[in-house]
Amino acid sequence: MSIIDVSHVSKSYGGVKANTDVSIKVEKGGITGLIGPNGSGKTTLFNSIVGYHPIDSGSIKYEGKEISKMQVPEIARLGLLRTFQQTRIYGEMNCVENMLISLPHRKMSLLETLKKNTAEDRERAEHLLEFVGLFEKRHLRSGSLSFGQQKLLEFAMALMNEPTVLLLDEPTAGINPTLINGLIDRLKRANSEFGITLFIIEHNMRVIMNMADQIYCLAHGELLASGNAADIQNDQRVIDAYLGAH
Amino acid sequence: MNIQKIGFYGILLAITIAAPFLFPNYTTQLATLWLFIIVSMTWDMTGGQMGYNSLGNIFFYGTGMYVAAVIAIGLVYDVGEYTGASGGGRYDFTNEQYIIGFVLGSLGAGLFCAFSAFILGYVLFGLRGPYFAIGTLGTAIAAGELVSNWDWVGGGQGITLPVYGGDFDQTKLFIYFAFAITGVVLFIFLNWLYKTRFGAAMNAIRDDEEKAEAMGIHTMRYKLVAWAMSAFFIGVVGGISAFQLISFEPLESAYQTINLGIFMVVCVLLGGKGTLWGPIIGAIAFQVFKEVTWNYFLGWQWVALGALIVVTVVYFQDGLMGWLKHTKPEWFGLTVDEKESETRATSKAEAAAR
Repeated sequence: MSIIDVSHVSKSYGGVKANTDVSIKVEKGGITGLIGPNGSGKTTLFNSIVGYHPIDSGSIKYEGKEISKMQVPEIARLGLLRTFQQTRIYGEMNCVENMLISLPHRKMSLLETLKKNTAEDRERAEHLLEFVGLFEKRHLRSGSLSFGQQKLLEFAMALMNEPTVLLLDEPTAGINPTLINGLIDRLKRANSEFGITLFIIEHNMRVIMNMADQIYCLAHGELLASGNAADIQNDQRVIDAYLGAH
Repeated sequence: MNIQKIGFYGILLAITIAAPFLFPNYTTQLATLWLFIIVSMTWDMTGGQMGYNSLGNIFFYGTGMYVAAVIAIGLVYDVGEYTGASGGGRYDFTNEQYIIGFVLGSLGAGLFCAFSAFILGYVLFGLRGPYFAIGTLGTAIAAGELVSNWDWVGGGQGITLPVYGGDFDQTKLFIYFAFAITGVVLFIFLNWLYKTRFGAAMNAIRDDEEKAEAMGIHTMRYKLVAWAMSAFFIGVVGGISAFQLISFEPLESAYQTINLGIFMVVCVLLGGKGTLWGPIIGAIAFQVFKEVTWNYFLGWQWVALGALIVVTVVYFQDGLMGWLKHTKPEWFGLTVDEKESETRATSKAEAAAR
């Protein structure tokens, strides 16, 4: 069953067609990949799904519900969360505070927000920081962490939010190559242990081929190919797009 | 809470209670000091903790004055007739009527202002950064102009409130304690609020609102509720100020954008934005500076004040508390990465060299 159903979506910025007639399905409980050369419209598609800008035509459904007219916070409150290509964390706070702010506010009434964080909340925050390997750094100002560590923190914050679907924009970019295997493992565990559906933009082919059940490839804003890792790897059009045969 | 903390707060409370008796000649100044502390703390709720710098919070102060006055008068007489006579007619208030009017008027002013913050916020919170500042400033100025053309509340002449029948010094004490109690309640309230999830959400909005939205935080809800809470307290002290001033008019005393409206921002900047104690320390420092310059440098007081504002804004943006936080992070329980403090120091040195 598909949880996100993008059908015939087009989006242009002035004369630039960022997405043309793109249709994609993200299966519930699975890991779906989105690849494509730079400027092929991957992040635009992400932004369309989470409501950062209105789409020109087409429809986007989440759990069968049309979300293409909804605003960012409304969509986020449905449990559809995204991380950013350039990390976004609260730089002046320490890691634990960043985690505690990421508690799922959508599940709280206004009165519940007037409570202090419980010991369980803190425990969960520290547990997830340990999960991504930032436990030692938990009391440091998050702005002082390296880019890669900030990415891990952002990932942990997303998990803290208990999303149903997580859209990750280049999770391994800027991460030390020796840590990438660990990150792949954690992403897989987030999917299998926490049951979070993942939809991932990734440039690192080794990473995405290793993880995704289904991969979509965009080029020049259009859907070029889709299929499992083997299909994509052997697709001549994909190879041409990456090598610049267009 | 440990014993040291209880002792510290106990001493502060004792000073608060004893101050008007130790310095009876300064009761009014001390009451004004509390006013400054309260408006600074309320300004910091949105400006410091939530990153929405309002230049129009004076709107709630002025509106609070008018609402309190209208309630106090309206409970006993017809408001239009009372203001129409501009003090010419004979309108007596018994002490009981005065006190009921005072209490209901101030609380009513707070509630009315909280309600107006909801409505104004719905429109104004669509604006960000400097646009929000200018939008709120415009609202306050427009409100002042509108009220000064509204005859039912006395137009440009304003309103003259009844005076308490009792001893004059007693009235001053009464006003002082009204301010002080509001201030203490506000402090306890904020001390609690900033430790809750609500407070954390306010900080998230300040640090990265787009991220907060993307994480599903109800940003609009928090902004509205926070501003309404802040407006409630400003409305209440506006109401108390109305009774303190007795006679007030719209542009210079109620919607005084260029005086109190700016002073509250300066107090917060001076003491340190986004901290619990910053606005209080800033308000005290500012009030002392203001009284000293007004007394000893008369004629130059506005120049001195302008210089203070320029120095604070240009060289001292984090205020006293911010400066302490950077130099003594361990006092605040912060851990700084060794490497980071080094890079900070070098980048500071580089900035200074430039």
